[in-house]
Amino acid sequence: MGVARVDITAAARTVLRELAAEHGPLLFHQSGGCCDGSSPMCYPAGEFRVGQRDVHLGEVDGVPVYIGGQQYELWRHTQLLIDVVPGRGGGFSLEAPLGVRFLTRSRVFDPAEQSWLDGCPPRVGPENKR
Amino acid sequence: MGTASKQRDTATVPSGVKLPIAIRSRYENWIGGEYTPPTRGQYFVNPTPVTGQPLCEVARSTHEDVDKALDAAHAAALSWNITSPTYRANIINRIADRLEQNLEAIALIETLDNGKPIRETMAADLPLAVDHFRYFAGVLRAQEGSIGEVDHDTIAYHFHEPLGVVAQIIPWNFPLLMATWKLAPALAAGNCVVIKPAEQTPVSIMAFMELIADILPSGVVNVVQGFGVEAGKPLASSPRVAKVAFTGETTTGRLIMQYASENLIPVTLELGGKSPNIFFADVAEADDDFFDKALEGFAMFALNQGEVCTCPSRALVQESIYDRFMERAVARTEAIVQGSPLDPRTMIGAQASNDQLEKILSYIDIGKKEGAKVLTGGARRVHPGELKDGYYVEPTILEGHNRMRVFQEEIFGPVVSVTKFKTHDDALEIANDTLYGLGAGVWSRDQNTCYRMGRAIKAGRVWTNCYHAYPAHAAFGGYKQSGFGRENHKMMLDHYQQTKNLLVSYSPKKLGFF
Repeated sequence: MGVARVDITAAARTVLRELAAEHGPLLFHQSGGCCDGSSPMCYPAGEFRVGQRDVHLGEVDGVPVYIGGQQYELWRHTQLLIDVVPGRGGGFSLEAPLGVRFLTRSRVFDPAEQSWLDGCPPRVGPENKR
Repeated sequence: MGTASKQRDTATVPSGVKLPIAIRSRYENWIGGEYTPPTRGQYFVNPTPVTGQPLCEVARSTHEDVDKALDAAHAAALSWNITSPTYRANIINRIADRLEQNLEAIALIETLDNGKPIRETMAADLPLAVDHFRYFAGVLRAQEGSIGEVDHDTIAYHFHEPLGVVAQIIPWNFPLLMATWKLAPALAAGNCVVIKPAEQTPVSIMAFMELIADILPSGVVNVVQGFGVEAGKPLASSPRVAKVAFTGETTTGRLIMQYASENLIPVTLELGGKSPNIFFADVAEADDDFFDKALEGFAMFALNQGEVCTCPSRALVQESIYDRFMERAVARTEAIVQGSPLDPRTMIGAQASNDQLEKILSYIDIGKKEGAKVLTGGARRVHPGELKDGYYVEPTILEGHNRMRVFQEEIFGPVVSVTKFKTHDDALEIANDTLYGLGAGVWSRDQNTCYRMGRAIKAGRVWTNCYHAYPAHAAFGGYKQSGFGRENHKMMLDHYQQTKNLLVSYSPKKLGFF
C-alpha cells in the first residue's frame, strides 16, 4: 500500500496552479494558533524559511507542504486535505486577494495506514533529512 | 464632521438599521490625517458577517501606500516623538472622551463589520477601549526615569525615549479593541504608528480615525488597508519601522520574525492558545452564586463566538462531579441566545468570515471522526430571513480526550472540548499538555488549590474564579508557542520605548590610565 500524509482537492489545485502561474514555485506551511491559524499558508518558495524541525508532509501538485515539528506530533494520526473556500484574509497567504482561502480538512488514518506510515517517517527540515 | 458627512455615500446595511455614524460606501487609506486613495486605485468588497452581503468597499493597498504612510509617520515623528508626556496624555484622554461620546455609534459599526452581538460591543469592546486609552494616559503621567548614583561624582540617568515609528498588524476578532491595545501604549510612549487592520474587519478603525481627526496631529496614526500579502508584508518587512507588533498565528508569526531579523528590530507576537478551564470538585459543593458563576465561566467559550485567543476551549472537570456538572453546563450552553447580532438580546452572533465558519465546521468534523461525542450543538445554524447567508455556528460541546486534535488546536469558534481528571496532578498535566500557553482558568473554593494551580500552569494569564476579564491594568501575553511580549499594563510602555542612559561624570579629576 502507500498513503499520503497530505492531499489536495481539485478546486484547491486549480487555485494553486493560478497562483503558481503568477508567483512561480510555491510552498505550504500549516499554521497553528488563533485568528487565521490552523489553516495552510501558501507562500512563494523561498519566502518562508523552513526550519530544522519542520516536517515535510509531502507534495501537492508539486508544491511541498510543511508543518511545525511539535504540531506534527499532535496531528500525525490524521491525513490533511487542502481545500479552498470563499473567504477573506489569511495572514500573508497568497490566495487572499482572489477572495478565497485555503482550508485544511482532515480524516483519521485507519490502523493499516498508520502502521505503513510509521514505517515510512517523513523528511524533516530544509534539507529534507530522514 | 460637517464637511465629511456632506460627501459621504452610505453603505448597504441590513434593513431597519439606523447608523448614527454612517458607514461609507468606500474607504480609502487614512494617511497624514486624511483619506488617501490607494496608489493603484484598487478596492476590495467587505461583506458583513451578519447577512453575508457586501457592506462597503475598502482600499486594496500595496507597498506604494505603505511607503506613503511611513513618509507621513516619519514626518509627524519629528515633533510627536518629543512631545511632553502631559501633552500626549491630554490628547489620549480626549480620544477616550470622544470615543465614549460616540460609543453606541461605533459599537454598531463594529457589530456590522465583525458579526459580534451588539450587547458585547456596547458592554465590552467599546468601554474597554475607552478605558484603555484612559489607563495609558494615566500611567504615562506617572512614568519616571531613574537616577543611579554610581559613586559620589558619577551618575547614571535613565530616560524613556520612544522607538520612533512602529508597525502594528491587528486581528479581526476585536477589531477596535485590539487596535487600541496596540495604539494606546504606542502613542503614550511617543511613537508614530502605521497600522494594518485585518481585511475581514476594516471599517471601525476608519470611523474612529475620522472621529478623532481634529484631536490627533496628522500623521501620528496612519491606517493602510488591504491584504496581508500585499500590504501587511511590505509593512512588516520595511526597514523604516522600529518595531512590529502582531497578533495572529504561528506561521505568520515566524515570517514576521524572519523579516524582523533582516532589519534587526524587535517584535512582539501574540499567536493564540488552547486555554484550559479547570473545575475542581468543590465548585459543586453548594448550588449557590459561586456555582452559578462557575457555570457561566464554562459557557465563556461562546463569548465572541469563540473568536478569542484565550477562548477557554478545553474544559477540565473533576471526575467526582463530572456528570452533575456537565448536565448543568450543557443546559447553560443551550440557554445561550442565538440570533441577529443587532438584537440586544442576542448572546452569540456571527463568525467573522465565511472561511472562519468553514474552518470551525471542519474541526467539528475531525472531532467527530476522532471519536469525540457531541454533547450539544455541532452544526452550522441557519437563521431565517435576511440572516440566512450569515456565518452562524451553534455553541458546541465535544467530549473526548486531550490527544484529540480538537483539544490541541485552536478552533477559534464556539466549540469547547471537555474531558475529566482525577487529581490535581492529572489536571496540571492535561492543562500543560499543549503547544500553547496564553490563558487558563481555575475554579475552586479552596484558595490554596487556586494558587498552586495558577502558579504551575504554564500560561501568561490564569483567571482564578473568573474568566474573560480584560482590565487594562493586568498584563496579557503568552508562554510557549503563544508568543512573547505582553500587552496591557504599565509595563507595556517599555515595549514601545528605548532606554537612554546618560552616564555622567561630575569629577574634575582624570582617571589616570593615560
